[in-house]
Amino acid sequence: MNDLASTPTADKPRGRYDAGVLKYKEMGYWLPDYEPKETDLICVFRITPQDGVDAEEAAAAVAGESSTATWTVVWTDLLTACDSYRAKAYRVDEVPNTGPAFDTPQQYFAYVAYDLILFEPGSIANLTASIIGNVFSFKPLRACRLEDMRIPAAYVTTFPGPPTGIVVERERLNNYGRALLGATMKPKLGLSGRNYGRVVYEALKGGLDFTKDDENINSQAFMHWRDRFLYCTEAVNRASATSGEVKGHYLNITAGTMEQMYERAEFAKELGAPIVMIDLVIGYTAIQSISKWCRDNDMILHMHRAGHGTYTRQKNHGVSFRVIAKWLRLAGVDHLHAGTAVGKLEGDPMTVQGYYNVCREAYTRQDLSRGLFFDQDWVDLRKVMPVASGGIHAGQMHQLLTLFGDDVVLQFGGGTIGHPGGIQAGAIANRVALETMTKARNEGRDIANEGPEILEQAAKWCTPLKQALETWKDVTFNYASTDTPDFVATPTASA
Amino acid sequence: MRLTQGAFSFLPDLSDDEIRAQVDYGLERGWAWAIETTDDPHPRNTYWEMWGTPMFGLKDGAAVLYELEACRKGHADQYIRLCAFDSTRGVESIRLAFIVNRPAEEPGFALQRQDGSGRSIRYGLKPYSADRPQGMRYRE
Repeated sequence: MNDLASTPTADKPRGRYDAGVLKYKEMGYWLPDYEPKETDLICVFRITPQDGVDAEEAAAAVAGESSTATWTVVWTDLLTACDSYRAKAYRVDEVPNTGPAFDTPQQYFAYVAYDLILFEPGSIANLTASIIGNVFSFKPLRACRLEDMRIPAAYVTTFPGPPTGIVVERERLNNYGRALLGATMKPKLGLSGRNYGRVVYEALKGGLDFTKDDENINSQAFMHWRDRFLYCTEAVNRASATSGEVKGHYLNITAGTMEQMYERAEFAKELGAPIVMIDLVIGYTAIQSISKWCRDNDMILHMHRAGHGTYTRQKNHGVSFRVIAKWLRLAGVDHLHAGTAVGKLEGDPMTVQGYYNVCREAYTRQDLSRGLFFDQDWVDLRKVMPVASGGIHAGQMHQLLTLFGDDVVLQFGGGTIGHPGGIQAGAIANRVALETMTKARNEGRDIANEGPEILEQAAKWCTPLKQALETWKDVTFNYASTDTPDFVATPTASA
Repeated sequence: MRLTQGAFSFLPDLSDDEIRAQVDYGLERGWAWAIETTDDPHPRNTYWEMWGTPMFGLKDGAAVLYELEACRKGHADQYIRLCAFDSTRGVESIRLAFIVNRPAEEPGFALQRQDGSGRSIRYGLKPYSADRPQGMRYRE
């Protein structure tokens, strides 16, 4: 099987179901005339075939290995309606700027359609076991990346979606018309429960809506989880009393077993917490389980995408984050870290906007410049609040608002806690910058261009903002993005 | 304390011209403005008193300011907020809300703690003003 193209039996006339090995395209996995049905699930893979493997055969191999095929012909196919169970590769496009004239080996976008019968309703585990199960280790491909997925409406409706969603979250928070503000507690490791709660209190009292546990705060020697929950609850309620606002702290309930996670979730509920959080590394089944618990208990669910960079960042291999975002909207999370574009972590602005569209829109339109290959009808599924977190500060407020609008949580961790005037001053600076910029935008000002001037004006009456602008004025993270969209200039069929 | 509910509470109080600019922003997007009042600022007091019904179909922002002025006459010592309602499918909720009038004195909230088992505490917020009957709060 190492040398797929030169399989000696492949060119000889023989019966389709005679024992032996056939090329995948001869087994029915390459159907260039196939027109996907409304109910088909469609994937576009970016594939890098091994030398000597032609693009159509590689695409057919992807279709085969992610559906019914094995390496050799099996007569038992005949016991099934095998034509319908086979995934069908139906289109292959060359990826621009790859191939002999470039540094990157030739890549192709391979479109594959799957009949809906292949997937269990309401199960991300089942869906992903097929689509990204074996195929990414398949030898005839050097590399393979799942770029995008069109999920048919008939499959979307088998998922419950976010337990709360953007609209209901805002109603619960009594907060309309501006972005939400958050901060991740720092240092992320080592604070005792008592000291940790202090940081939470200062940040919330200063004017943030949310504070957040970091992804790796669970139950370590320096802070037991129950201590964290109790001190944070005290801090949240004290801050609420000083402002008259609903506030919250994302209590990270990630743990080694589901039983422990449920125990922590129940305690959070007992304390009156409005929101809990989990890490992506707990896995899709655990995510769907805790999402159901949140739906049953009126809890907002925050998702920290810990670990995603291991498979989303490199263009040639893995799974694009836009696909992960789609799966998480189906699985049901309310908040999802989706990038900042201007902060310290990977993110080309247009690509990041594509993720935000996937999270927030009722119907996502094909938009190749933002990496979106397909139209996607969300069939009234609730919307996910994206979270922008990582190396952002008040001086970027105009850029953040221009890029992402209002339905987003802007999280300034260092940008709050590292303020020279203290944590409260940091929170005030962020809140004043946000409200000033929102008001100016609504008044019709061109904030993308006038933003710095608008902030300077507000800094005249708000000392904490003045200090923030002075401290971080030159901080930018201008590095080339790794994951940028590649697309053929002519629109591809959205099928 | 200053009640900081609403989109612009960290800014100096908005002038009528500034309020009008926000009203026009909402009207351009097809949102309907509503005026609501309360003397119970508890953050989970969802249902403030309605000053009439939301102004569906209204085109001229001046009418919102006219209604607001009328509302202020009888509610100068209360909180008044403007809410913009968006009836788009999948939203059908408020898109922008901000406070446009507040009492001269804002005494704030008492945080009440009731001890539970295992060091847990049941918390409650009580506006200091809520000791008096509705309509009588914030009055000399």
